[in-house]
Order: sequence, then structure tokens, then C-alpha cells
Amino acid sequence: MTSKFAELQIVFSQYEHPVVLTVEAQAKYVGHVKGALSKNLFLKDKKQRFYIVSALAETKVDLKVLSQRLGLGKGGLRMAPEEALAEILQVPLGCVTPFALVNDSARNVSLLLDQGFKSQECCFFHPLSNDMSIALNARDLDKFLNSIGKNPAYIDLEANPTVGKDQPPDLANLVPSDAAVLAAPVEKQSQGSEKNHISVNNQQNAVTGYICHMHHNDTFRPKLSSRNLLFVHCCDGQSMVLMCIVDLSLASKAVKPSNASTKEKSSGAASSSISYADTDKFVEEILEKTKSIVLSEIKEENAEKYREQLATLVSNNISKLGVELKNIATIFKNTAYTEGFKAGIHHQPKRM
Amino acid sequence: MEQKTQEEDQIVTPWEVAAEKGGKIDYDKLIDKFGCQRLDQSLIDRVARLTGRPPHVFLRRGVFFAHRDFSDVLDAYERGEKFYLYTGRGPSSEALHLGHLVPFMFTKYLQDAFKVPLVIQLTDDEKCMWKNLTVEESQRLARENAKDIIACGFDVSRTFIFSDFDYVGGSFYKNMVRIAKCVTYNKAAPSFPSSFPHLFSGKDSLRCLIPCAIDQDPYFRMTRDVAPRLGYHKPALIESSFFPALQGETGKMSASDPNSAIYVTDSAKDIKNKVNRYAFSGGQDSIENHRKYGANLEVDIPVKYLGFFLDDDAELEHIRTEYGAGRMLTGEVKKRLIEVLTELVERHRRARAAVTDESYACMMGSRHAPL
Repeated sequence: MTSKFAELQIVFSQYEHPVVLTVEAQAKYVGHVKGALSKNLFLKDKKQRFYIVSALAETKVDLKVLSQRLGLGKGGLRMAPEEALAEILQVPLGCVTPFALVNDSARNVSLLLDQGFKSQECCFFHPLSNDMSIALNARDLDKFLNSIGKNPAYIDLEANPTVGKDQPPDLANLVPSDAAVLAAPVEKQSQGSEKNHISVNNQQNAVTGYICHMHHNDTFRPKLSSRNLLFVHCCDGQSMVLMCIVDLSLASKAVKPSNASTKEKSSGAASSSISYADTDKFVEEILEKTKSIVLSEIKEENAEKYREQLATLVSNNISKLGVELKNIATIFKNTAYTEGFKAGIHHQPKRM
Repeated sequence: MEQKTQEEDQIVTPWEVAAEKGGKIDYDKLIDKFGCQRLDQSLIDRVARLTGRPPHVFLRRGVFFAHRDFSDVLDAYERGEKFYLYTGRGPSSEALHLGHLVPFMFTKYLQDAFKVPLVIQLTDDEKCMWKNLTVEESQRLARENAKDIIACGFDVSRTFIFSDFDYVGGSFYKNMVRIAKCVTYNKAAPSFPSSFPHLFSGKDSLRCLIPCAIDQDPYFRMTRDVAPRLGYHKPALIESSFFPALQGETGKMSASDPNSAIYVTDSAKDIKNKVNRYAFSGGQDSIENHRKYGANLEVDIPVKYLGFFLDDDAELEHIRTEYGAGRMLTGEVKKRLIEVLTELVERHRRARAAVTDESYACMMGSRHAPL
């Protein structure tokens, strides 16, 4: 991670110390250094959405107030369970930190930053382990967050505005749009692997992709039948195997002509930029989105050497996916058209 | 004195297809004899350029290899004049096999690539007469076949399917009679846009392109002769070679022998079984000989089938090279073919499941097809 700091020209100081689990313990080792200590809370709401609240040690954080401001009601926020720390943030106990967002398992975690950080010369955060503390300025923290695609949100954590009928919750936009679910269909891999869930946001969730990132020749046995999968392999025999799996059975289920109202709902939710009438354009758009998501995922990893190969491989396989998707899209269009025809034309006596 | 070899010529007519003794169909001779033209690489490149997409695998592999007036159609297209496609099926049995799918797959590509309308004729009346089926049975078969055809992925909004029993009458029948006054053959009517007034009203100069197997050439030659006399454009043809039977290049596939073909209703197990047991292999009789001499790609059916259905040019080339040199064994080639065919049939089945009686009704309805 420090190499990333260097890349972004972030100025920081780094202090190693024995493992600490609390702010007080941390203060013992770095309290003498100029810089504000932070306390970091990992929270979750009733809909399995996760939040990191990162504040100056002195700031009072009232979870009940925060919950209301997020629009989650009065008791909507709780401390996240320990397992979530490991699974989602991938940090040890006592190590909640904004930097945990660099992990893709944390992509749906919302980050709330104390606006008090801005007035400090520098603030302390753990990197991904709690035997180290890093001091940096809030501006540099922003640089880092922007580089991983996050928009830093600074708020007055001590504010307590009324939330009611005429006063909508002021932090509602900080609630994550998707629950951070780590999906089940992929079977267990051995240790050292991370599972990343990407879903292409088209209205039927027709394409769901999983990137599994594994080290050292781990074997990998997905549950889905091989006919529904596209595999992209890049293996140098030693370290990394990257695979992208697309579950096409979801897509075909989505196009069953069950009833007209379902179809209307789907097309209503369609983004206006995707034209359904032209199946090719429809598919190209989905593929572009998939490609950019997948390729950006690849760029995140330290697969410097393999990035070129991976990008080409993934691109090619996604193009193959395009053929499948075009077929499915044609079925969908034909079905929709037929439904329309049926609705528009009442029973016509057959020409004899 | 006439050479004796004339009597041993290959026979290619719409009713019978047989190669010269012990050999295979000579397509160059056929083109010469029929008087149509080769679809050469420059035409294929032109298609790719005009449509803005890679040419279909059947064009790249020379499956569709001959034509009449296709370049005229392309010239007109470049000027902004569209054309429509016409293809058909005689619904004689319920099951379609892969050989039947080939022209439909190609027609679908043409429809998508050029964005043109398509009319599909189901000659249930003919089959009723020739195959001694009742009228009702013919109509039922036509409906079932239509669903398989629709499952090939035609654009419902641009496709008109009709069965002769349901549709013949009106302008269509008038054309039939006009044609009959010139020749006795009456399947020419769909080649003329005036037969479909509700689709092509006022567009009497619309050209027609007919994808078909080359044995249909004589049929359409008659139509082409008649066209100018009625004041219409001659329909253009784009013609394919024959899809070989599983057991070898002895001619066309036969619906009466289930093991000569892969059907769209075959299960993955059926496909595996049929390919492994019946697909004619060009490999040598022993592994040592095979490694020494390599496979005979001219007669090997799995490689030929892959030529039709394996889209990846590079992979096909690799298989042909390795197999021809004896480094790859028949088993591997068959295994790959089974994968490809299973995927194809599975995709078709999925599409077929989505076709309902309403889809068919919708494509038959009397309404304008947008051009």
C-alpha cells in the first residue's frame, strides 16, 4: 500500500509499534507525535449494509442519531460482527480503517469521515494491520480514496438535525445501494483467496460476474455446470490464476414469457440510454459496462506483469459472451413483441 | 464419339443428389454445369464492409459458395435500396436436424446483418399431396416446424411466416396464376414482392434474395426466367453446399435414418453417442498408422462438421493441422465436436421453449413489416 502512496505522491509518516487494539493503546506509542488520533467504527444496518465511521478520537458519535440521519430509523445501526471485519474489511480486530476500502470485498461499504479531520495537520490511521500507524493529511487521504474510486464524504458527526416528514434524513445518500453480499454459488477455495462480486446493473441482472483471485495454483471447482461458464485463465504456474465466471442461466430465466406485467416492469426500469429495439446495441452496452468493470478490477491488483495478457483474454472471452447474450436478447425482444401483438390484436377470426 | 464418363456424372437435382462413383460432389463442376457464379473472397469482404461486422462462419468456410446476381443486390443495397429475404421449408417430419438449420442460421445472419425483412414459406400443401398426409396433419407439422424455425432467432418484427394453406389467395394467388401461364411451376410466387401487398405495398421493384442449397438452383432458374416477362426483378440466389450426413459424404442427410443426423431434439447423451458411434472418421485404423500418416481430412466428418459450427477460425485451423498430421486423435476431435454441437442444440432448445403459439400467430398476422 505504501507503494501506492508513493505513486500518488502522498506525504505520510509511518510508525511501527506493537499490535494495538484500542485508541488509548495506540496513543501510548504515537501520542507524542504531532497528529490527531482517529477512532474507527465498523457498523451495519438491518439490511446487511456496512459503514465505516472514521472520526477524531474526541468527536462524540451517537449511533442513534447517525441511524436517523441515514434514514435507517432510530435503532438501525449496530456494530458489525467480528466475522464481517474479516470477511468484508479483511482487517484484524481493532484495525478498522478507511484504508480497508482498498479491498474489493469492501466495495459496497460506505465511508463517513469526520469533517474535523480537515482542520488537522495530519491524522493517524492504521493501514491494513494494527502494528503500524500512518499519519497523513486529510487531503492526501482524499487522494488515496479517489484513486480507488471512492468519493470521500466529510460530515459533521456531532450534528443532530431533526429528521421528520418535512426534513428528510440528511445523510441518506451515504447509504450503500447494494448489500455487500458474498454470493454462494462458487465453492470454497483454499486460503489466500478473495472473492469479488460484480454485478452489471441491467434491469434483469442477467449477467453476474465473479472474479476469483487466487494464489499459488489453488484448485477451483465451481458448482455451476461448465456450459454456463466462461473461463479466463492466466497462469504463470507460480502465482496467480484469475477467472471470470458468468452465470448465463440467470439470463435465460429472466426472459421466460411469464406474464405481461413482469415485462412492463422490466422495460419501465430500463435506463433510457439502452435501446431495447436494437438487440445488438443493447448487448454492446452491457458488454462495455462488464468489460470496464472487469478490466478496472484487473488494474487494481498488483498483476503488473500480467495486466496486458489478462486484459486481452478477458476482452476476448467477453466478446464470446456477446454471442450468447445476443441470442438471449433476441429471444427477449421477440417475446416482448409477441406479447405486444397479443395485447394489441384481440382474437381475429382465422382466414379460411 | 461421346466419352463413357458422361454416364457416370454426378447427379444433382432437387430430387436426388449423388456423387460420382466412390467420390464426393464436385462443386466446381456443378457451378459450371448450372451456370451460377462462385462467391469469391472479394464479395465476402464486400459483405463484411457493407454490414460492418465479420462475415458469417458459413461464408468464411465456403459453405455458401455460389450465387446468382448477389452483387446486383449488394449494388442496390449500397444505393440505399433494400431487399427482402425469402426462404422456405416443406414440413414433412416433426424433427429438424442440423442440416435443416444451416440455411436458417445463415438467413438469420443475413437478416441481422442487412436489417431486411424476411418471408418464410411453409409448403404444407405440397407435402400434403406428395407425402400422403391429411390436410390437418400437414398444417400441424407446419406449425411445429415454424416454431423450430422461429427458434433460430429471427426478428419477429421483420419476419413473416406463412403456410400455403393459410395464406394462398388474393395477390399471392394472382401471381401464381400469372406465373403458371408462363411455366407450370408455382413456387415462384414468393420471389415477387407483389405477392405480399400488406408487407411491401407499392414496392414492386423490391429485390428478393433467396438463400438455398445448391440443388434448388434449377427450381429458381425457372422463376428467374419468368420474372422479366412479368416485369419483376429476377430473384437473386445465394447457394450452399450440402450438409453431409453423419456417416459420410454420400450425399444429403435423410430424415428417414435417425443416425444419419443430429436432431434439435437430441439430448446431450444422444449427441455424444451418435458422434462417437456413427460419425465417419478420416483417421487411420491404428494409432501407429494415424501418427504416421495423419487423418484424411477430405472424408472426415467431425472435422467437416466443425467447419460448419466451430466459429473460431484459429481453433479450427489448429485442429485441422494437428489432426491432419496425426498428432491429434479422432477421439479428441469428436470430443470437441460433441461440445460444440451440444451447445448449439442446447441454445436452440432454450430458444424453442420460448416460442409459443402466439409467437407464430404474431408472425403470420396480416400487418405491415417495417422495411
